[in-house]
Amino acid sequence: MAVTVRIPTQLRTLAGGASEIAVTGETVGEALQALDTAHPGFGERLFDDGGSLRRFVNVFVAEEDIRFLDGTDTKVGDGTVVSIVPAVAGG
Amino acid sequence: MAHVRALRCRECGRTYDVAPHYSCEWCFGPLEVAYDYDAVASSVTRDRIAAGPPTIWRYADLLPVDPTDGGLPVGLTPLVRADRLAEELGLGEVWVKDDTRNPTNSFKDRVVAVAIAKALDFGLKTIACASTGNLANAVAGAAARAGLPSYVFVPADLEPAKVLNTAVYGANVVAVDGTYDDVNRLCGELATEHPWAFVNVNVRPFYAEGSKTLAFETAEQLGWQAPDHVVIPVGSGSLLTKVHKGFQDLVRVGLLDDASVRISGAQAAGCAPVATAFAEHSDTIRPVKPSTIAKSLAIGNPADGYYALDTVRSTGGALTAVDDDEVVAGIQLLARTEGIFGETAAGVTIASLRRLAAEGVVRPDERVVVYVTGHGLKTLDAVAPHVGATATIPPTLDGFRAAFPGTTEG
Repeated sequence: MAVTVRIPTQLRTLAGGASEIAVTGETVGEALQALDTAHPGFGERLFDDGGSLRRFVNVFVAEEDIRFLDGTDTKVGDGTVVSIVPAVAGG
Repeated sequence: MAHVRALRCRECGRTYDVAPHYSCEWCFGPLEVAYDYDAVASSVTRDRIAAGPPTIWRYADLLPVDPTDGGLPVGLTPLVRADRLAEELGLGEVWVKDDTRNPTNSFKDRVVAVAIAKALDFGLKTIACASTGNLANAVAGAAARAGLPSYVFVPADLEPAKVLNTAVYGANVVAVDGTYDDVNRLCGELATEHPWAFVNVNVRPFYAEGSKTLAFETAEQLGWQAPDHVVIPVGSGSLLTKVHKGFQDLVRVGLLDDASVRISGAQAAGCAPVATAFAEHSDTIRPVKPSTIAKSLAIGNPADGYYALDTVRSTGGALTAVDDDEVVAGIQLLARTEGIFGETAAGVTIASLRRLAAEGVVRPDERVVVYVTGHGLKTLDAVAPHVGATATIPPTLDGFRAAFPGTTEG
């Protein structure tokens, strides 16, 4: 599946300044791994040593937080937009 | 002189210069103020605090910014011994920290006072926030007092009283179609393109420190002793985390000998991501879509949820979730026994105290402090279906006697 990953400002230097990167994958996890393969460095910023998404990295699929879906196992289809978003502050 | 060294990521420990930043560029963890505690310890004393103003600024040595002149008088709110409440709950020594008595009637005046002082320090001249209501009131009031424009972003379904209590100060009130979490995301984006002080976004590391003053005051008002157990409402988790840090800071700089305070947290069942993780012994906090009358705590994606959970676990406390009926009963219980009218968050907290007492988590041999963080007049809608006139009578003695027989007997 062809997926578009939206890159937050803090991580764009890893992707040559791009705000969006096209990758392929069947799930959110695969798409993010593909991102790391295409642009090494993303993996260590997004995932902790145990391979889990860092606690303050949020990922949205079509505007929905993947923690409401199936996490990194959430399926993605052709044209899906996956957004990497720093955790909000607030409260 | 504020004894601040840097900003430091709570997750990975990377440090940053003092600036209006709130998240780590490496791992997105939240930034926190790092102090030079040796410098703080060498300047602060109980006498110096006692000689200070009757506001949060008496603790300026332990805050991340120097006081501003002429702000609203925030803090040093009453700590009230609550014997009748304690008796109803089968507890021994209970105290209520009555933070309804701040200028805009909630604890948010504390954090906003610190945030605005720091905003001015940064040269930021417009004050903004994402709010569930109390913060909106506090930002609008404090900005008016400081002569600064303000923009407050709130969920469109907020209680009317909280909107009016904000708009009256001349603030720009922006009602956003969405939940608080949606409002928060929007403000995160706005903060990147507006040179404004979003008190709980880009100024948040400083803002949050203001909540420590609730611990400082509690200790001072108890004669420089720490309580055994405190019960605190949990929305973002920041208040709970910072009250704990406040007690720790007092030990670290030598103002308290020991502060092994048990910290318990209170959430509404309709928005209880942290209490759910606690109950399930989970290290993962799953966001929720809030549905509760306790709108000031309706944060489905709590920024400091992990730290609140860690704090409760490490101090031997507990987290509970109470339903809306318990919340209303909690408001009434506090009002009826102690004459203090708290908002829905107070209802959550009192109801949680009741639950924890019944479960034996909060014990009769403990000195307990419960934090009432906002005034009930802000959330009248919650109690309106439950209380009202006891009787409606004609303007005659007979009418009264008929409605209240036997009252002449004293």
